[in-house]
Amino acid sequence: MAAAITRNFPNVKVDYARERRLKVTASPSEIRDVALFTRDQLGFDHISAVSGVDWIASNEFEVVYFVGSVSKPGYEDFVIAVAERVARDDPVVLTLIAVWPGAEYHERETHEMFGINFKGHPSNSHLILPEDWNDMPPLRKDYVSPGR
Amino acid sequence: MILATESEFSPDSDRIMSVSLGPQHPGAGHFRIRLWLDGDYLVRSEPDPGYVHRGEEKMGEYRNYTQNVPHLERPVILDSSNILLPYALAVDELMGNKVPDRAQYLRVIMAEANRIISHMYFLGIFGYFAGHTTMITWGMGDRDFWIDLAERIGGARVTFAYIIPGGVRNDMPGGLAEKGLKTCDWFDKRMDEYEKIFFRNPLVLGRTEGVGVLSREDAIALGATGTVLRASGVKHDLRRDEPYCCYDDFDFEIPSLNSGDSWARAYVALLEMRESVKIIRQAFKQMPAGPVRLKLGPQPRVPAGETYARTEAARGEMSYHLVSDGSPRPYRLKIGTPSFKNLAVLPHLLRNVHVADIPLIYWGLNYWPVEADR
Repeated sequence: MAAAITRNFPNVKVDYARERRLKVTASPSEIRDVALFTRDQLGFDHISAVSGVDWIASNEFEVVYFVGSVSKPGYEDFVIAVAERVARDDPVVLTLIAVWPGAEYHERETHEMFGINFKGHPSNSHLILPEDWNDMPPLRKDYVSPGR
Repeated sequence: MILATESEFSPDSDRIMSVSLGPQHPGAGHFRIRLWLDGDYLVRSEPDPGYVHRGEEKMGEYRNYTQNVPHLERPVILDSSNILLPYALAVDELMGNKVPDRAQYLRVIMAEANRIISHMYFLGIFGYFAGHTTMITWGMGDRDFWIDLAERIGGARVTFAYIIPGGVRNDMPGGLAEKGLKTCDWFDKRMDEYEKIFFRNPLVLGRTEGVGVLSREDAIALGATGTVLRASGVKHDLRRDEPYCCYDDFDFEIPSLNSGDSWARAYVALLEMRESVKIIRQAFKQMPAGPVRLKLGPQPRVPAGETYARTEAARGEMSYHLVSDGSPRPYRLKIGTPSFKNLAVLPHLLRNVHVADIPLIYWGLNYWPVEADR
């Protein structure tokens, strides 16, 4: 599976976290193609979770889409993490709702918690945070919880 | 149901009215759904979660791996063992812990007991909204026998903080297996009665059959999980597909139904409880002797790395994305809860239906607002 990805996308980085877990790091410009390939050619049909990581030391955000498969026999236990890194100063990435419709609320949560903008997302309003929240996105590392 | 304020009336049409369901109404949980109504007909809806957001993920970054145990189970106190299990698996994986066999069996027993405790609550509330008072009194009453059993093992009634990295907190008391097996035998008979009085009841069938039908394709594309996914004809369960702990030692089935309606989503829960009883019975009988936890010390050091651990909780796939930088605290702890994963299904089903069907669809999804908000 890793070979199939690197053959089609020579620029992406493929890591093994452990058996049945694969991490594919692509550039923000390439991620939609990688996602479509993961869905259509490899059979990963649904979003399991979308996570953001604030790598403040290298001034980057990481967006990770964990995708799984229920329809491809033999791959029910496999998770591919499709990841991209974007500069912290101008965090804009493309939405992947068109690839995995289930990503809608996951991306909205990542948007409000990290301040990462998903270009093409139908709604960027607050989902979990209060409507009038006007502080920094709370899961950024430089946001300090009140009282800490 | 709270009526809309004047400003929420749609400006471009006096025919469509926007109404809030929740967040204060007990029938909505701590959760709000915006409904757009045309008379008695629901045109579309939009979920508005977040009223019980606690910031669990941010809290996780301030506490060390041991301190994280008790607060991480708060979002879903009905299913508290199942939300801790993937956390323990993630930490065990990064630390390379070899968890003792007896601890694996105890983890499974608590996870399955919690699945029954959670499903009984779900069926009770679902029965209540189907207009069936017996199911809520039986549901709430009978779940107490499982809480009693879990209390003997975990020492608390709701939040046990029992499953921890490296094993479980303590061994179960001697002689408990007999009591557990008795509870299993009794509950098997009880489930036959639920089937007769609730699931085969013509009134319940009339209210729930064909209501809120979710097709197999939509369920997969929207990322549905748990009972919602299995009621739509997908036989996917991580206990069988990605066996963790010692689930591959047991003989059990993965129930699934094809109709994808509210009735099927509730009935799958009953079928799952039958399998849970089977697993608990086998676990009590086959349990090996030995230690139940590794000594990790009060402040375990987790080597730098990242992992994605997932398990099958009562409502579906529970997952943790754990990133460690080698410090005593997690660098990032993302909790992926099944209710949040099923959120996309809600506006998909809550459209073009009658107002009277809203509670049956909403509660049929087994959505738990606190779990979704974290």
